[in-house]
Amino acid sequence: MTPVFQTARDYGLISCHSCHLLCQSTKQPADMQCPRCGARMHDRKPNSIARTWALVLAALIFYIPANVLPITTVISLGKAQSDTIMSGVIYFIHTGMWPIALVIFLASVFIPLLKLIILIFLLISVQRKSSWRQQDRTRLYRITEIIGRWSMVDIFVVTILVALVHLGGLATIHAGPGAIFFGAVVVITIFAAMSFDPRLIWDTEEIIHE
Amino acid sequence: MSSIIACHECDLIHHIKTLPPKGTANCIRCGAVLHKHKPNSLERTLAFALAALILFILANSFPFLGLKIGAQVRETTLITGIYELYVQGMQVIAILVLLTTVLVPFTQMMCLFYILLPLKFGRLPKRLPWVLRFLQAIQPWGMMEVFMVGILVSVVKLAKMAKIIPGISLYSFLALIFVLSAMTVSLDAHLIWQKWEEHR
Repeated sequence: MTPVFQTARDYGLISCHSCHLLCQSTKQPADMQCPRCGARMHDRKPNSIARTWALVLAALIFYIPANVLPITTVISLGKAQSDTIMSGVIYFIHTGMWPIALVIFLASVFIPLLKLIILIFLLISVQRKSSWRQQDRTRLYRITEIIGRWSMVDIFVVTILVALVHLGGLATIHAGPGAIFFGAVVVITIFAAMSFDPRLIWDTEEIIHE
Repeated sequence: MSSIIACHECDLIHHIKTLPPKGTANCIRCGAVLHKHKPNSLERTLAFALAALILFILANSFPFLGLKIGAQVRETTLITGIYELYVQGMQVIAILVLLTTVLVPFTQMMCLFYILLPLKFGRLPKRLPWVLRFLQAIQPWGMMEVFMVGILVSVVKLAKMAKIIPGISLYSFLALIFVLSAMTVSLDAHLIWQKWEEHR
């Protein structure tokens, strides 16, 4: 027999998002403030599902120009050569530097996409009130929270290259428009992960008990 | 120090008793870390923040990488790199890099000084709740360790093209990453909230 779990919500309590103080829920929870730290209190993150969907879709849209448009342009001896994220990866595979190719591919292509896929999966499973492997789904959420920041690697690489390779007519590197879209994808996916409330994964449990 | 808290990831109610040194309390349903006992949290965090500030100033005062092609040498600091992006019309990216590698880490240290220095001397900073909440909100945007990987990738990218000269501040950057993460890990927000509640 599985034990009956009691949540804060069952007791009419709200846990503060920033200082974790437990408070009695009032009739108008919308304008409730934490008595200890002053943060706005809500039982669950407000409009979590709608907000996360909106941000995930926005990130998916930006993901396309981020990968299609050039992220850097090298001007060397009067010739300009533009590189997208993938063409950079392919270049490194061809020159035999596969560890670097792997790092860029993981950070710039794989991680953002994985993060979006995980979030979409979590959103759909929460909306279907699934009670399937809740612990593993919470773990997936934790992964999306941790890995998102690592996508910034490419933005930093562009910054460093632009600053260093500035040798007049010999060679100059410019940042391309793809970098802006890519930066947007990273920032938007971080916000998307923040706006998702993992407690929604567990809310089905209580419905089953009732 | 026993208290009742709800798991921040699944809302389950827990009764937490005093933890043994370095002990961890995990949620029995979803496994989230509810609370960690951190020995000498106040002093350690303060020490790390001070070390981080020194390293931060060093890291940003000197070039971290140089590039040599023929007789030409070009060196860059973090700030000149960001400025270069800005001039090229990539203002959005320049601001993003400035925030994640300069402003957020620096603000984190300043917030910690504001909170911890008075607490260490038995006083209570007036705006503690606001500053601590602000500190927790900006935490995800400090990306120093990611920047370090960025340096590594750039070095490998450029190695075929020219001679790379590691700058003086590269080593400060390297140390800064470890000190910054130690600073974040050693902070026990739970303890500070409790102190705030007792003294108020």
